[in-house]
Amino acid sequence: MSTTLSDGEAVLEATGLTKVYGSGHTEVVAVRDVTLTVARGEVVALCGPSGAGKSTLLALVGLILPPNTGRIIIGGSTVFDADRPRVNLRSFRRQHLGFVFQNANLIPFLTAAENVRLAMEINDHPPRAARRRTMELLEYLGVSERAEHLPSMLSGGEQQRVAVARALANRPSLILADEPTAALDSVRGRQVMGLFGKVAHEQSAGVIVVTHDHRALDVFDRTIEMEDGRLRDSSTPSRSPAS
Amino acid sequence: MNLAIRDIRHNFGRFVLTTVGLGLLLMLVMGMGGIYRGLVQEATLLVDRIDADLWVVQKETRGPFAEVSRVPANLEDRIRAVPGVLSSRGFVSHTVQREWNGRPLRMTVQGLSWPDDDGRWLPVVAGRALGQAHYEMIADESLKLPLGEKIKLGKDTYTVVGHTRAMNSPAGDGMAFFTLRDAQAIQLDISGEAIRLERSARYGRAERIDLGRTQPQVIQRALGPASAIPAIGPPTISTVLVKVRPGVDPEHVRSIIARWPDVTVYSSEGQRQLLLGGIVDRSRRQLGLFRILLIIVSAIIMALILYTLTLDKLHDIAMLKLLGARNAVILGLILQQAFLLGILGYGVAYVIGQWAFRLFPRRVLLIYDDLWVLAGVVVAISVLASLLGILQALRVEANEVLS
Repeated sequence: MSTTLSDGEAVLEATGLTKVYGSGHTEVVAVRDVTLTVARGEVVALCGPSGAGKSTLLALVGLILPPNTGRIIIGGSTVFDADRPRVNLRSFRRQHLGFVFQNANLIPFLTAAENVRLAMEINDHPPRAARRRTMELLEYLGVSERAEHLPSMLSGGEQQRVAVARALANRPSLILADEPTAALDSVRGRQVMGLFGKVAHEQSAGVIVVTHDHRALDVFDRTIEMEDGRLRDSSTPSRSPAS
Repeated sequence: MNLAIRDIRHNFGRFVLTTVGLGLLLMLVMGMGGIYRGLVQEATLLVDRIDADLWVVQKETRGPFAEVSRVPANLEDRIRAVPGVLSSRGFVSHTVQREWNGRPLRMTVQGLSWPDDDGRWLPVVAGRALGQAHYEMIADESLKLPLGEKIKLGKDTYTVVGHTRAMNSPAGDGMAFFTLRDAQAIQLDISGEAIRLERSARYGRAERIDLGRTQPQVIQRALGPASAIPAIGPPTISTVLVKVRPGVDPEHVRSIIARWPDVTVYSSEGQRQLLLGGIVDRSRRQLGLFRILLIIVSAIIMALILYTLTLDKLHDIAMLKLLGARNAVILGLILQQAFLLGILGYGVAYVIGQWAFRLFPRRVLLIYDDLWVLAGVVVAISVLASLLGILQALRVEANEVLS
């Protein structure tokens, strides 16, 4: 079953995505013929039970895993068609995508500022400009005073905010977050979710957030339910996009 | 942003310990080379310094260092008569071990042909050369005999009048220089009882032969000192050192003396090769093989260290790939750490070695050619050792961040 869930100025157009793990008796279809569109400035929540295929879908549109079939268009560029990449995936990822995970996954031997700056240096930003933007982002996310601290010296919430800053560093057109609030208390969790909305609207980026946290669903423009590798029709707008 | 430096800074203690450990291992490799160079230098030191064109030794022997050589003292005079010879001097070399101040004193006794040779050519770093025909000695510093010290060797007492530096025999014993006669006296010293027994035996032999019975004076001579008996030759020396006249080809003189049926002649280079080919060669091969083993062990340990360091960072490497880092960034991280480990380990080896090698009983000689070669080897093993880690890092997928 193919399900189109959003139209408009799309930053992501995924069509007929299928991902199968294993083969023969051990074959598991993690994502089954999913079609998904996310508009610029839209924050989408991807919900569903464990094993529904949410993280796999995120990995597919994040170009971390190759789909078995389907097409992915990001920012107007066809990235995957059938099962073949059409661009250099690593290069495309660093230019167009931002990632946030349940664990902040900061590089432990770099300070908060260096973690953010690294993402820009990898993308060939001039060092001075990278430094300036790093401080702007950390300021924006309220962790500038912790810029020179190593991740081990930051709280979970601070780490997550630094991870968000890193995800935003290259002004990505699509931000993908996999349960970013799972390790946070409800107040911090809500703050981080709120940040995605703020960033999406201010930077015109599309945001997909995999979450189990139903307390924060009101911050999303749209909520998509996923089960058994399929998107359910019952997606509901939480609030109007780009509001 | 240099990731390698930042990672090291983060795990500084571990990196320092690893570097020191590797450095000590490389110090052993460096030391093996130094021991070999020391052996070569000690083996050829005297030949290089003594400034002789030819060495005349006992027929069919490889003396005086590689094996014992005995030639009559008058060989010196015979050689002096050969056309083209500028000078000839006797030389004695033998090793003695005595007790001194409660410790074993092992030295190689070298006899110089006084008064032609008073040891001025030696590297005397304290005191002076020999100043009289008897009872003086120049001792190497390694023997730890102070200037002015009096040593009893045989029946006579010798005063230390000078010190040399780094004058060791091929066996590593410190050298001590005496006049030729003193060196012979030390070598041929026998106890009074042994002399009396020998005289008695000599008397017995003389009594049993016709000559003894018909010539009573012969029997009387048999009871006197051996040097007073014409039939018994004078004390022998080890070798005769020959210097040829300027403009004369030493090979020409060598070919003349080589025709004599009682001696063998070596050029200085021939003598050098005898030492290097005999005494040193086996040690060289042994040290060389041991050195190769140590280099292999160092490479394996380095590979394990770098592999472990890489394994510790696999999640971070996956994250770097997820962020879109090029392979060059990841390879740079591993290779720079490998180079730093190798270079700093080498530095540690050099610095500790400079201090530690002085404590070794035998000379450890570090020469720049060897040090450069070892530096190249360290760079090569740094690259090779990082291959395992690099392969592992290249295999990591960005999606491992999700696990």
